Amino acid sequence: MENGEGVVKKFCYINRKAPYGTIYALESLEVVLIAAAFDQDISLVFADDGIYQLTKGQDTDGIGMKNFSKTYTALGDYDIKKVYVEKESLEERGLSAEDLQALKYEDEDDDWAEKDSLFVVGREELAKIIDEQDVILSF
Amino acid sequence: MKFGIVINEGPYTHQASDSALQFVKAALHKGHEIFRVFFYHDGVNNGTSLGVPPQDDRNLTLEWSGLAEKHDLDLVVCVAAAQRRGILDEDEMGRHGKSANNLAPGFRISGLGQLIEAGIQADRLVTFGD
Repeated sequence: MENGEGVVKKFCYINRKAPYGTIYALESLEVVLIAAAFDQDISLVFADDGIYQLTKGQDTDGIGMKNFSKTYTALGDYDIKKVYVEKESLEERGLSAEDLQALKYEDEDDDWAEKDSLFVVGREELAKIIDEQDVILSF
Repeated sequence: MKFGIVINEGPYTHQASDSALQFVKAALHKGHEIFRVFFYHDGVNNGTSLGVPPQDDRNLTLEWSGLAEKHDLDLVVCVAAAQRRGILDEDEMGRHGKSANNLAPGFRISGLGQLIEAGIQADRLVTFGD
């Protein structure tokens, strides 16, 4: 890479829109998958209707769109270990963590033990996490 | 300061491209550097040379092309988003067997890595659009 060698910034991708209806969720995921190759410190945030992107049992047959929800479960393979879901967004929509897909990664520093990469956090804590970031892309 | 710019909405429907254009002009006027302008989502539609807005209205694509020429700006249109929406340069036209190309002067088509690189290199990455 011609530029940026050795620079590690905290990149945060904020997902606030439902998975279908607009293309933002899908194209956000495309950014994240490319970003994973850049060895940056990546966090993903799901808030507002964005939490629907992570729900279990999505079925898009009736709307003729590609169901890309399984891709989220592969994020761990891309070394993405910090996925934050806003607690209030879940509650406001009558959902809980049980309604979401399990997101895991294998910890290379702990004999490849499988660990959770999804964290449900409150709005205040999320604000702090976002405040710590260097680069924020909101979709 | 070194800015990276992201434009996520197409011209005219949304003010994002107008606001970004004004921001870039103001930043350059103040002596700041624009590392790159990256067009994503419907933002790629800013790069079509085929738009014909009414003569008494602004032509955003022409404005971007002109600004790029004057200040040697790097205007990058995301290849994946562009392919979906029918924004092609000559190479892409050939690769996909299409009959025309429409990328406006001063724009180039490249990958999402260019967006990440802008985030790494710029002091601030500023997004325009929803």
